[in-house]
Amino acid sequence: MNAKPYGWKLLASEIAVVLVAALFLAPFYFVVANSFKSFAELLADTSGLPKSLDWHNYARAWDVLKFPRALRNSIVITAFSDICMVVVSSLAAYRLLRYPSRTNRILFSLFIASMVVPFQTIMIPLVKVGNWLHFLNSLPGIIFCYTGLGASFTIFLYHGFMKSIPQEIEESALIDGCTPYGIFWRIVFPLLKSMTVTVVVLQSLWMWNDFLLPLLVLQKPQLQTIQLATNSLFGQYMQQWDLALAALVMGIAPILAFFLALQRHIIQGITAGAVKG
Amino acid sequence: MRRWLTSQPIQQTVFLGPALLVYAVVMVVPFLLGLYYSFTNWNGVSSHIGWVQLQNYKTILTDDPDFGRSFWFTARFTVAVVAISNALGFAIAYLLSKPMKTRNVLRTVFFMPNVLGGLLLGFIWRFILTQSFPAIGQATGIGFFKLAWLSTEATAFWGLVIVSVWQGAGYLMVIYIAGLTNVPSDMLEAAAIDGATGWQILRTIILPLIMPAVTVCLFLSISWTFKSFDLNFSLTQGGPFKSSQSVAMNIYYEAFKNNRYGLGTAKAFIFFVVVTVITMVQVSITKKREVEM
Repeated sequence: MNAKPYGWKLLASEIAVVLVAALFLAPFYFVVANSFKSFAELLADTSGLPKSLDWHNYARAWDVLKFPRALRNSIVITAFSDICMVVVSSLAAYRLLRYPSRTNRILFSLFIASMVVPFQTIMIPLVKVGNWLHFLNSLPGIIFCYTGLGASFTIFLYHGFMKSIPQEIEESALIDGCTPYGIFWRIVFPLLKSMTVTVVVLQSLWMWNDFLLPLLVLQKPQLQTIQLATNSLFGQYMQQWDLALAALVMGIAPILAFFLALQRHIIQGITAGAVKG
Repeated sequence: MRRWLTSQPIQQTVFLGPALLVYAVVMVVPFLLGLYYSFTNWNGVSSHIGWVQLQNYKTILTDDPDFGRSFWFTARFTVAVVAISNALGFAIAYLLSKPMKTRNVLRTVFFMPNVLGGLLLGFIWRFILTQSFPAIGQATGIGFFKLAWLSTEATAFWGLVIVSVWQGAGYLMVIYIAGLTNVPSDMLEAAAIDGATGWQILRTIILPLIMPAVTVCLFLSISWTFKSFDLNFSLTQGGPFKSSQSVAMNIYYEAFKNNRYGLGTAKAFIFFVVVTVITMVQVSITKKREVEM
Protein backbone atom coordinates (compact mmCIF):
# COMPACT_ATOMS: atom_id res chain seq x y z
CA MET A 1 0.00 0.00 0.00
CA ASN A 2 3.03 2.24 0.20
CA ALA A 3 3.09 2.89 -3.54
CA LYS A 4 0.83 5.90 -3.59
CA PRO A 5 0.99 7.91 -6.81
CA TYR A 6 3.49 10.74 -6.86
CA GLY A 7 0.96 13.54 -6.70
CA TRP A 8 1.22 17.31 -6.90
CA LYS A 9 1.00 17.59 -3.12
CA LEU A 10 4.12 15.51 -2.73
CA LEU A 11 5.83 17.45 -5.48
CA ALA A 12 5.04 20.72 -3.69
CA SER A 13 6.49 19.49 -0.42
CA GLU A 14 9.51 18.09 -2.23
CA ILE A 15 10.20 21.47 -3.80
CA ALA A 16 9.81 23.14 -0.40
CA VAL A 17 12.31 20.76 1.22
CA VAL A 18 14.77 21.19 -1.64
CA LEU A 19 14.63 24.95 -1.13
CA VAL A 20 15.33 24.58 2.58
CA ALA A 21 18.20 22.24 1.70
CA ALA A 22 19.63 24.89 -0.63
CA LEU A 23 19.53 27.30 2.29
CA PHE A 24 21.40 24.76 4.38
CA LEU A 25 24.07 24.51 1.72
CA ALA A 26 24.41 28.24 1.05
CA PRO A 27 27.06 28.86 3.74
CA PHE A 28 29.29 26.23 2.14
CA TYR A 29 28.94 27.97 -1.20
CA PHE A 30 29.99 31.33 0.23
CA VAL A 31 32.97 29.89 2.02
CA VAL A 32 34.27 27.81 -0.88
CA ALA A 33 33.61 30.42 -3.59
CA ASN A 34 35.30 33.20 -1.66
CA SER A 35 38.28 31.10 -0.65
CA PHE A 36 39.52 31.37 -4.24
CA LYS A 37 39.26 35.16 -4.46
CA SER A 38 41.89 37.73 -3.77
CA PHE A 39 41.17 39.97 -0.81
CA ALA A 40 40.13 42.89 -3.04
CA GLU A 41 37.85 40.72 -5.18
CA LEU A 42 36.33 39.18 -2.07
CA LEU A 43 35.36 42.56 -0.65
CA ALA A 44 34.08 43.88 -3.96
CA ASP A 45 31.98 40.85 -4.89
CA THR A 46 31.13 38.42 -2.12
CA SER A 47 28.23 36.59 -3.72
CA GLY A 48 29.61 35.84 -7.19
CA LEU A 49 31.72 32.97 -8.36
CA PRO A 50 35.48 33.59 -8.38
CA LYS A 51 36.87 34.91 -11.66
CA SER A 52 39.56 32.26 -11.71
CA LEU A 53 40.63 29.32 -9.55
CA ASP A 54 43.46 30.88 -7.65
CA TRP A 55 45.17 28.43 -5.30
CA HIS A 56 47.33 31.14 -3.80
CA ASN A 57 45.21 31.42 -0.63
CA TYR A 58 45.42 27.70 -0.12
CA ALA A 59 49.19 27.66 -0.42
CA ARG A 60 49.43 30.37 2.22
CA ALA A 61 46.91 28.72 4.54
CA TRP A 62 48.75 25.41 4.16
CA ASP A 63 51.90 27.05 5.52
CA VAL A 64 50.28 29.10 8.27
CA LEU A 65 48.24 26.18 9.59
CA LYS A 66 51.22 23.84 9.22
CA PHE A 67 48.51 21.70 7.75
CA PRO A 68 50.29 18.32 7.42
CA ARG A 69 51.34 18.51 11.06
CA ALA A 70 47.89 19.51 12.32
CA LEU A 71 46.23 16.82 10.23
CA ARG A 72 48.65 14.18 11.49
CA ASN A 73 48.06 15.17 15.12
CA SER A 74 44.30 15.09 14.71
CA ILE A 75 44.43 11.69 13.04
CA VAL A 76 46.81 10.21 15.61
CA ILE A 77 44.72 11.45 18.54
CA THR A 78 41.42 10.30 17.08
CA ALA A 79 42.62 6.91 15.85
CA PHE A 80 44.53 5.86 18.95
CA SER A 81 41.82 7.10 21.30
CA ASP A 82 39.31 5.05 19.31
CA ILE A 83 41.44 1.93 19.64
CA CYS A 84 42.04 2.39 23.36
CA MET A 85 38.41 3.20 24.03
CA VAL A 86 37.13 0.18 22.12
CA VAL A 87 39.49 -2.28 23.81
CA VAL A 88 39.22 -0.92 27.34
CA SER A 89 35.45 -0.45 27.28
CA SER A 90 34.50 -3.71 25.59
CA LEU A 91 36.60 -5.65 28.13
CA ALA A 92 34.91 -3.82 30.99
CA ALA A 93 31.40 -4.14 29.58
CA TYR A 94 31.90 -7.89 29.12
CA ARG A 95 32.91 -8.42 32.72
CA LEU A 96 30.20 -6.13 34.08
CA LEU A 97 27.53 -8.03 32.17
CA ARG A 98 28.74 -11.62 32.64
CA TYR A 99 29.79 -11.36 36.27
CA PRO A 100 27.17 -9.19 37.92
CA SER A 101 28.49 -9.26 41.45
CA ARG A 102 27.41 -6.54 43.89
CA THR A 103 30.58 -4.55 43.24
CA ASN A 104 30.16 -4.78 39.50
CA ARG A 105 26.56 -3.67 39.62
CA ILE A 106 27.59 -0.63 41.63
CA LEU A 107 30.45 0.08 39.23
CA PHE A 108 28.11 -0.11 36.26
CA SER A 109 25.71 2.39 37.84
CA LEU A 110 28.67 4.66 38.52
CA PHE A 111 29.75 4.56 34.89
CA ILE A 112 26.22 5.35 33.74
CA ALA A 113 25.73 8.13 36.27
CA SER A 114 28.91 9.89 35.21
CA MET A 115 27.59 10.33 31.67
CA VAL A 116 25.68 13.38 32.85
CA VAL A 117 28.74 15.14 34.28
CA PRO A 118 29.56 18.06 31.96
CA PHE A 119 33.18 18.24 30.86
CA GLN A 120 33.36 21.77 32.27
CA THR A 121 32.77 20.40 35.75
CA ILE A 122 35.92 18.31 35.76
CA MET A 123 38.15 20.26 33.37
CA ILE A 124 39.81 22.52 35.93
CA PRO A 125 41.03 19.77 38.29
CA LEU A 126 41.74 17.52 35.29
CA VAL A 127 44.45 19.94 34.21
CA LYS A 128 45.89 19.75 37.71
CA VAL A 129 45.88 15.95 37.68
CA GLY A 130 47.44 16.06 34.22
CA ASN A 131 50.18 18.23 35.58
CA TRP A 132 50.95 15.75 38.37
CA LEU A 133 50.99 12.74 36.08
CA HIS A 134 52.83 14.55 33.26
CA PHE A 135 50.24 14.02 30.62
CA LEU A 136 49.94 17.64 29.60
CA ASN A 137 51.55 18.49 26.26
CA SER A 138 51.78 14.92 25.10
CA LEU A 139 49.78 12.96 22.58
CA PRO A 140 49.63 9.80 24.73
CA GLY A 141 48.37 12.05 27.54
CA ILE A 142 45.41 13.41 25.59
CA ILE A 143 44.66 9.93 24.24
CA PHE A 144 44.50 8.74 27.85
CA CYS A 145 42.07 11.58 28.66
CA TYR A 146 39.80 10.79 25.74
CA THR A 147 39.77 7.12 26.66
CA GLY A 148 38.61 8.01 30.16
CA LEU A 149 36.09 10.62 29.03
CA GLY A 150 34.55 8.33 26.43
CA ALA A 151 34.65 5.13 28.49
CA SER A 152 31.27 5.50 30.21
CA PHE A 153 29.25 5.96 27.04
CA THR A 154 31.18 3.22 25.24
CA ILE A 155 30.70 0.75 28.09
CA PHE A 156 27.03 1.61 28.10
CA LEU A 157 26.71 0.92 24.36
CA TYR A 158 28.63 -2.37 24.50
CA HIS A 159 26.79 -3.51 27.62
CA GLY A 160 23.45 -3.04 25.91
CA PHE A 161 24.63 -4.76 22.75
CA MET A 162 26.19 -7.78 24.49
CA LYS A 163 22.89 -8.68 26.10
CA SER A 164 21.77 -9.93 22.71
CA ILE A 165 24.73 -12.31 22.33
CA PRO A 166 23.71 -15.84 23.39
CA GLN A 167 25.77 -17.19 26.24
CA GLU A 168 25.65 -20.79 24.96
CA ILE A 169 28.48 -20.19 22.48
CA GLU A 170 30.73 -19.05 25.27
CA GLU A 171 29.76 -22.00 27.47
CA SER A 172 30.59 -24.55 24.80
CA ALA A 173 33.91 -22.83 24.11
CA LEU A 174 34.69 -23.06 27.81
CA ILE A 175 33.99 -26.78 27.78
CA ASP A 176 36.29 -27.13 24.79
CA GLY A 177 39.06 -25.71 26.96
CA CYS A 178 39.12 -22.08 25.87
CA THR A 179 40.19 -19.61 28.58
CA PRO A 180 37.91 -16.69 29.52
CA TYR A 181 40.35 -14.35 27.77
CA GLY A 182 40.33 -16.46 24.64
CA ILE A 183 36.55 -16.56 24.67
CA PHE A 184 36.37 -12.80 24.82
CA TRP A 185 39.00 -12.11 22.21
CA ARG A 186 38.20 -14.86 19.69
CA ILE A 187 34.44 -15.22 20.08
CA VAL A 188 32.80 -12.23 21.74
CA PHE A 189 34.87 -9.37 20.38
CA PRO A 190 34.34 -10.30 16.70
CA LEU A 191 30.60 -10.49 17.36
CA LEU A 192 30.63 -6.91 18.58
CA LYS A 193 31.72 -5.60 15.19
CA SER A 194 28.61 -3.60 14.31
CA MET A 195 28.61 -1.89 17.70
CA THR A 196 32.32 -1.21 17.33
CA VAL A 197 31.61 0.62 14.08
CA THR A 198 28.98 2.71 15.87
CA VAL A 199 31.37 3.51 18.71
CA VAL A 200 34.21 4.48 16.38
CA VAL A 201 31.96 6.69 14.26
CA LEU A 202 30.33 8.52 17.17
CA GLN A 203 33.48 8.98 19.19
CA SER A 204 35.59 10.02 16.17
CA LEU A 205 33.19 12.80 15.28
CA TRP A 206 33.27 14.02 18.86
CA MET A 207 37.04 13.88 19.31
CA TRP A 208 37.90 15.26 15.90
CA ASN A 209 35.73 18.32 16.50
CA ASP A 210 36.58 18.75 20.15
CA PHE A 211 38.26 22.03 20.92
CA LEU A 212 38.24 22.58 24.67
CA LEU A 213 40.29 19.58 25.83
CA PRO A 214 43.11 20.13 23.31
CA LEU A 215 43.03 23.83 24.19
CA LEU A 216 43.65 22.93 27.82
CA VAL A 217 46.21 20.16 27.52
CA LEU A 218 48.11 20.78 24.26
CA GLN A 219 49.95 24.09 24.50
CA LYS A 220 52.98 23.26 22.36
CA PRO A 221 52.61 24.39 18.73
CA GLN A 222 53.98 21.10 17.43
CA LEU A 223 51.03 19.27 19.01
CA GLN A 224 48.31 21.48 17.54
CA THR A 225 45.26 19.73 16.15
CA ILE A 226 43.28 21.11 13.21
CA GLN A 227 40.92 22.89 15.60
CA LEU A 228 43.75 24.50 17.54
CA ALA A 229 45.66 25.50 14.42
CA THR A 230 42.55 27.12 12.95
CA ASN A 231 41.90 28.94 16.19
CA SER A 232 45.39 30.39 16.36
CA LEU A 233 45.23 31.39 12.70
CA PHE A 234 42.08 33.36 13.44
CA GLY A 235 43.72 34.93 16.45
CA GLN A 236 46.54 36.20 14.26
CA TYR A 237 44.82 37.04 10.98
CA MET A 238 41.42 38.06 12.23
CA GLN A 239 40.20 40.09 9.26
CA GLN A 240 42.17 38.42 6.46
CA TRP A 241 39.26 36.51 5.04
CA ASP A 242 41.05 35.35 1.91
CA LEU A 243 43.54 33.40 3.99
CA ALA A 244 41.03 32.42 6.69
CA LEU A 245 38.45 30.99 4.30
CA ALA A 246 41.00 28.81 2.55
CA ALA A 247 42.10 27.58 5.98
CA LEU A 248 38.49 26.82 6.90
CA VAL A 249 37.91 24.83 3.73
CA MET A 250 41.05 22.81 4.48
CA GLY A 251 39.90 22.35 8.05
CA ILE A 252 36.50 20.97 7.12
CA ALA A 253 37.65 18.88 4.13
CA PRO A 254 38.95 15.81 6.04
CA ILE A 255 35.91 15.37 8.27
CA LEU A 256 33.53 16.04 5.39
CA ALA A 257 35.29 13.38 3.32
CA PHE A 258 35.05 10.98 6.26
CA PHE A 259 31.33 11.69 6.52
CA LEU A 260 30.58 11.35 2.81
CA ALA A 261 32.54 8.10 2.61
CA LEU A 262 30.93 6.53 5.66
CA GLN A 263 27.59 8.30 5.80
CA ARG A 264 25.53 5.12 5.86
CA HIS A 265 27.44 3.89 8.90
CA ILE A 266 27.35 7.30 10.53
CA ILE A 267 23.61 7.68 10.20
CA GLN A 268 23.03 4.12 11.38
CA GLY A 269 25.45 4.68 14.23
CA ILE A 270 23.63 7.77 15.38
CA THR A 271 20.32 5.97 15.30
CA ALA A 272 21.76 3.04 17.24
CA GLY A 273 23.48 5.32 19.74
CA ALA A 274 20.36 7.41 20.25
CA VAL A 275 18.02 4.48 20.73
CA LYS A 276 20.36 2.92 23.25
CA GLY A 277 21.23 6.26 24.80
CA MET B 1 47.06 -22.27 31.25
CA ARG B 2 47.75 -22.19 34.95
CA ARG B 3 44.66 -22.12 37.09
CA TRP B 4 45.45 -18.94 39.03
CA LEU B 5 45.46 -16.97 35.79
CA THR B 6 41.79 -17.66 35.33
CA SER B 7 40.80 -17.12 38.97
CA GLN B 8 38.05 -14.54 39.50
CA PRO B 9 40.25 -11.79 41.04
CA ILE B 10 42.67 -11.97 38.12
CA GLN B 11 39.83 -11.96 35.62
CA GLN B 12 38.28 -8.97 37.36
CA THR B 13 41.60 -7.15 37.10
CA VAL B 14 42.26 -8.01 33.47
CA PHE B 15 38.79 -7.13 32.24
CA LEU B 16 37.95 -4.18 34.44
CA GLY B 17 41.37 -2.89 35.53
CA PRO B 18 42.18 -0.74 32.48
CA ALA B 19 38.73 0.87 32.40
CA LEU B 20 38.80 1.60 36.13
CA LEU B 21 42.27 3.12 35.84
CA VAL B 22 41.40 5.61 33.08
CA TYR B 23 38.00 6.29 34.62
CA ALA B 24 39.47 7.00 38.05
CA VAL B 25 42.23 9.27 36.77
CA VAL B 26 40.14 11.22 34.27
CA MET B 27 36.71 11.30 35.92
CA VAL B 28 36.59 10.33 39.57
CA VAL B 29 39.71 12.04 40.90
CA PRO B 30 39.05 15.35 39.08
CA PHE B 31 35.43 15.27 40.20
CA LEU B 32 36.29 14.81 43.87
CA LEU B 33 39.24 17.17 43.66
CA GLY B 34 36.98 19.78 42.08
CA LEU B 35 34.48 19.40 44.86
CA TYR B 36 37.28 20.03 47.36
CA TYR B 37 38.70 23.04 45.47
CA SER B 38 35.27 24.62 45.32
CA PHE B 39 35.57 25.22 49.07
CA THR B 40 39.01 26.82 48.78
CA ASN B 41 40.57 30.01 47.46
CA TRP B 42 43.12 28.18 45.29
CA ASN B 43 44.53 30.30 42.46
CA GLY B 44 45.97 27.48 40.39
CA VAL B 45 49.61 28.25 41.04
CA SER B 46 50.21 28.83 44.73
CA SER B 47 50.91 25.79 46.86
CA HIS B 48 48.94 27.39 49.67
CA ILE B 49 45.31 26.41 49.40
CA GLY B 50 43.09 28.04 51.99
CA TRP B 51 39.78 26.54 53.12
CA VAL B 52 37.04 29.15 52.74
CA GLN B 53 33.97 27.00 53.41
CA LEU B 54 30.94 28.22 51.46
CA GLN B 55 32.44 31.60 50.58
CA ASN B 56 32.79 30.81 46.84
CA TYR B 57 29.20 29.69 46.54
CA LYS B 58 28.07 32.76 48.42
CA THR B 59 30.09 35.05 46.17
CA ILE B 60 28.69 33.42 43.03
CA LEU B 61 25.10 33.59 44.15
CA THR B 62 25.13 37.07 45.64
CA ASP B 63 27.99 39.03 44.14
CA ASP B 64 28.68 37.89 40.58
CA PRO B 65 26.38 39.61 38.09
CA ASP B 66 28.34 38.20 35.12
CA PHE B 67 27.65 34.64 36.17
CA GLY B 68 23.97 35.34 36.64
CA ARG B 69 23.91 37.03 33.27
CA SER B 70 25.63 34.10 31.57
CA PHE B 71 23.10 31.73 33.13
CA TRP B 72 20.22 33.87 31.93
CA PHE B 73 21.73 34.03 28.44
CA THR B 74 22.30 30.26 28.37
CA ALA B 75 18.76 29.56 29.53
CA ARG B 76 17.17 31.79 26.86
CA PHE B 77 19.55 30.43 24.24
CA THR B 78 18.70 26.83 25.15
CA VAL B 79 14.95 27.43 25.04
CA ALA B 80 15.18 29.08 21.61
CA VAL B 81 17.54 26.51 20.08
CA VAL B 82 15.77 23.46 21.51
CA ALA B 83 12.35 24.66 20.35
CA ILE B 84 13.39 25.70 16.85
CA SER B 85 15.81 22.88 16.06
CA ASN B 86 13.38 20.19 17.22
CA ALA B 87 10.51 21.72 15.28
CA LEU B 88 12.64 22.02 12.17
CA GLY B 89 14.27 18.60 12.61
CA PHE B 90 10.88 16.96 13.02
CA ALA B 91 9.34 18.84 10.09
CA ILE B 92 12.15 17.79 7.78
CA ALA B 93 12.01 14.20 9.03
CA TYR B 94 8.25 14.12 8.53
CA LEU B 95 8.55 15.33 4.95
CA LEU B 96 11.49 13.04 4.18
CA SER B 97 9.53 10.03 5.44
CA LYS B 98 7.32 10.46 2.38
CA PRO B 99 8.44 8.77 -0.84
CA MET B 100 10.34 11.72 -2.29
CA LYS B 101 12.73 11.24 -5.16
CA THR B 102 15.58 13.18 -3.57
CA ARG B 103 15.20 12.01 0.01
CA ASN B 104 18.60 10.32 0.38
CA VAL B 105 20.52 13.27 -0.99
CA LEU B 106 18.47 15.64 1.14
CA ARG B 107 19.13 13.63 4.27
CA THR B 108 22.86 13.92 3.61
CA VAL B 109 22.61 17.65 3.00
CA PHE B 110 20.69 18.34 6.21
CA PHE B 111 23.05 16.27 8.25
CA MET B 112 26.23 17.74 6.79
CA PRO B 113 26.63 20.80 9.06
CA ASN B 114 26.60 18.50 12.05
CA VAL B 115 29.86 16.74 11.25
CA LEU B 116 31.73 20.03 11.48
CA GLY B 117 32.68 21.09 14.96
CA GLY B 118 31.33 24.18 16.67
CA LEU B 119 34.62 26.02 16.41
CA LEU B 120 34.89 25.88 12.61
CA LEU B 121 31.16 26.51 12.23
CA GLY B 122 31.48 29.64 14.31
CA PHE B 123 34.28 30.95 12.10
CA ILE B 124 32.37 30.08 8.94
CA TRP B 125 29.32 31.94 10.16
CA ARG B 126 31.34 34.92 11.27
CA PHE B 127 32.12 35.33 7.60
CA ILE B 128 28.54 34.69 6.49
CA LEU B 129 27.02 37.11 8.99
CA THR B 130 29.53 39.92 8.69
CA GLN B 131 30.47 39.71 4.98
CA SER B 132 27.90 37.74 2.99
CA PHE B 133 24.75 39.00 4.68
CA PRO B 134 25.54 42.68 3.98
CA ALA B 135 26.30 41.79 0.35
CA ILE B 136 22.98 39.95 -0.01
CA GLY B 137 21.26 42.83 1.72
CA GLN B 138 22.70 45.30 -0.78
CA ALA B 139 21.72 43.16 -3.73
CA THR B 140 18.19 42.37 -2.61
CA GLY B 141 17.29 45.22 -0.30
CA ILE B 142 15.88 42.82 2.30
CA GLY B 143 16.19 44.39 5.73
CA PHE B 144 16.93 41.11 7.52
CA PHE B 145 20.34 40.88 5.84
CA LYS B 146 21.19 44.51 6.53
CA LEU B 147 21.02 44.18 10.32
CA ALA B 148 24.21 44.79 12.24
CA TRP B 149 24.80 41.08 12.81
CA LEU B 150 26.92 40.17 15.83
CA SER B 151 27.37 43.77 16.93
CA THR B 152 24.20 44.21 18.96
CA GLU B 153 22.97 42.02 21.79
CA ALA B 154 19.88 40.87 19.94
CA THR B 155 21.59 40.07 16.64
CA ALA B 156 24.43 38.25 18.37
CA PHE B 157 21.88 36.15 20.24
CA TRP B 158 19.87 35.28 17.14
CA GLY B 159 23.04 34.75 15.14
CA LEU B 160 24.05 32.07 17.62
CA VAL B 161 20.57 30.57 17.52
CA ILE B 162 20.61 30.37 13.70
CA VAL B 163 23.97 28.63 13.65
CA SER B 164 23.05 26.19 16.43
CA VAL B 165 19.83 25.27 14.69
CA TRP B 166 21.69 24.85 11.40
CA GLN B 167 24.12 22.54 13.15
CA GLY B 168 21.73 20.49 15.26
CA ALA B 169 18.57 20.09 13.18
CA GLY B 170 20.07 17.43 10.90
CA TYR B 171 21.10 15.23 13.79
CA LEU B 172 17.66 15.45 15.38
CA MET B 173 16.16 14.76 11.96
CA VAL B 174 18.02 11.42 11.78
CA ILE B 175 16.56 10.35 15.12
CA TYR B 176 13.07 11.51 14.19
CA ILE B 177 13.27 9.61 10.91
CA ALA B 178 14.16 6.46 12.83
CA GLY B 179 11.18 7.09 15.11
CA LEU B 180 8.83 7.70 12.20
CA THR B 181 9.78 4.49 10.38
CA ASN B 182 8.58 2.59 13.45
CA VAL B 183 5.07 4.00 13.12
CA PRO B 184 3.02 1.19 11.54
CA SER B 185 1.62 2.30 8.20
CA ASP B 186 -1.58 0.25 8.53
CA MET B 187 -2.50 2.38 11.54
CA LEU B 188 -2.08 5.56 9.50
CA GLU B 189 -4.10 4.12 6.65
CA ALA B 190 -6.89 3.04 8.98
CA ALA B 191 -7.05 6.55 10.40
CA ALA B 192 -7.08 8.07 6.93
CA ILE B 193 -9.91 5.77 5.86
CA ASP B 194 -11.85 6.78 8.96
CA GLY B 195 -11.58 10.35 7.73
CA ALA B 196 -8.90 11.78 10.01
CA THR B 197 -7.16 14.87 8.65
CA GLY B 198 -3.40 15.01 8.28
CA TRP B 199 -3.11 17.26 11.30
CA GLN B 200 -5.23 14.91 13.45
CA ILE B 201 -3.13 11.92 12.41
CA LEU B 202 0.04 13.80 13.26
CA ARG B 203 -1.18 14.91 16.66
CA THR B 204 -3.05 11.86 17.91
CA ILE B 205 -1.20 8.96 16.28
CA ILE B 206 2.28 9.90 15.12
CA LEU B 207 3.30 12.15 17.99
CA PRO B 208 2.40 9.73 20.81
CA LEU B 209 4.12 6.89 18.97
CA ILE B 210 7.38 8.75 18.47
CA MET B 211 7.62 10.04 22.05
CA PRO B 212 10.76 7.90 22.65
CA ALA B 213 12.48 9.82 19.85
CA VAL B 214 11.20 13.09 21.32
CA THR B 215 12.69 12.17 24.68
CA VAL B 216 16.08 11.48 23.13
CA CYS B 217 16.04 14.57 20.92
CA LEU B 218 15.07 16.92 23.73
CA PHE B 219 17.67 15.38 26.00
CA LEU B 220 20.43 15.71 23.39
CA SER B 221 19.55 19.21 22.28
CA ILE B 222 19.19 20.51 25.82
CA SER B 223 22.52 19.12 26.91
CA TRP B 224 24.41 20.31 23.80
CA THR B 225 23.02 23.79 23.96
CA PHE B 226 23.34 24.19 27.68
CA LYS B 227 27.01 23.23 27.52
CA SER B 228 27.68 25.34 24.44
CA PHE B 229 31.24 26.68 24.37
CA ASP B 230 33.01 26.32 21.01
CA LEU B 231 30.44 28.19 18.98
CA ASN B 232 30.22 31.16 21.33
CA PHE B 233 34.00 31.18 21.52
CA SER B 234 34.51 31.45 17.78
CA LEU B 235 31.40 33.29 16.58
CA THR B 236 30.87 36.07 19.10
CA GLN B 237 33.63 35.55 21.66
CA GLY B 238 30.90 36.11 24.20
CA GLY B 239 30.31 39.64 22.95
CA PRO B 240 29.12 42.26 22.57
CA PHE B 241 29.85 43.19 26.19
CA LYS B 242 29.71 39.60 27.44
CA SER B 243 26.04 39.46 26.47
CA SER B 244 26.43 36.11 24.69
CA GLN B 245 28.81 34.52 27.16
CA SER B 246 27.62 31.02 27.96
CA VAL B 247 28.02 29.47 31.41
CA ALA B 248 30.70 27.14 30.08
CA MET B 249 32.68 30.14 28.85
CA ASN B 250 32.21 31.98 32.11
CA ILE B 251 33.66 29.00 34.00
CA TYR B 252 36.57 28.76 31.57
CA TYR B 253 37.46 32.43 31.91
CA GLU B 254 37.09 32.44 35.69
CA ALA B 255 39.55 29.60 36.05
CA PHE B 256 42.03 29.98 33.23
CA LYS B 257 42.02 33.73 32.58
CA ASN B 258 41.25 35.21 36.02
CA ASN B 259 43.17 32.40 37.74
CA ARG B 260 40.46 31.96 40.34
CA TYR B 261 40.36 28.20 40.32
CA GLY B 262 38.45 27.86 43.57
CA LEU B 263 35.68 30.11 42.32
CA GLY B 264 35.76 28.41 38.91
CA THR B 265 35.28 24.93 40.36
CA ALA B 266 32.40 26.16 42.53
CA LYS B 267 30.72 27.52 39.40
CA ALA B 268 31.41 24.24 37.64
CA PHE B 269 29.57 22.38 40.39
CA ILE B 270 26.58 24.67 40.35
CA PHE B 271 26.55 24.13 36.59
CA PHE B 272 26.68 20.36 37.07
CA VAL B 273 23.73 20.40 39.47
CA VAL B 274 21.64 22.60 37.18
CA VAL B 275 22.37 20.51 34.07
CA THR B 276 21.55 17.30 35.92
CA VAL B 277 18.30 18.61 37.37
CA ILE B 278 17.08 20.06 34.07
CA THR B 279 17.79 16.91 32.05
CA MET B 280 16.32 14.64 34.75
CA VAL B 281 13.12 16.67 34.88
CA GLN B 282 12.87 16.70 31.08
CA VAL B 283 13.43 12.95 30.74
CA SER B 284 10.93 12.10 33.47
CA ILE B 285 8.27 14.37 31.94
CA THR B 286 8.62 13.07 28.39
CA LYS B 287 9.08 9.44 29.48
CA LYS B 288 5.67 9.56 31.14
CA ARG B 289 4.09 10.45 27.82
CA GLU B 290 5.58 7.51 25.97
CA VAL B 291 3.03 4.88 25.06
CA GLU B 292 3.59 1.16 24.75
CA MET B 293 2.74 -0.34 21.40
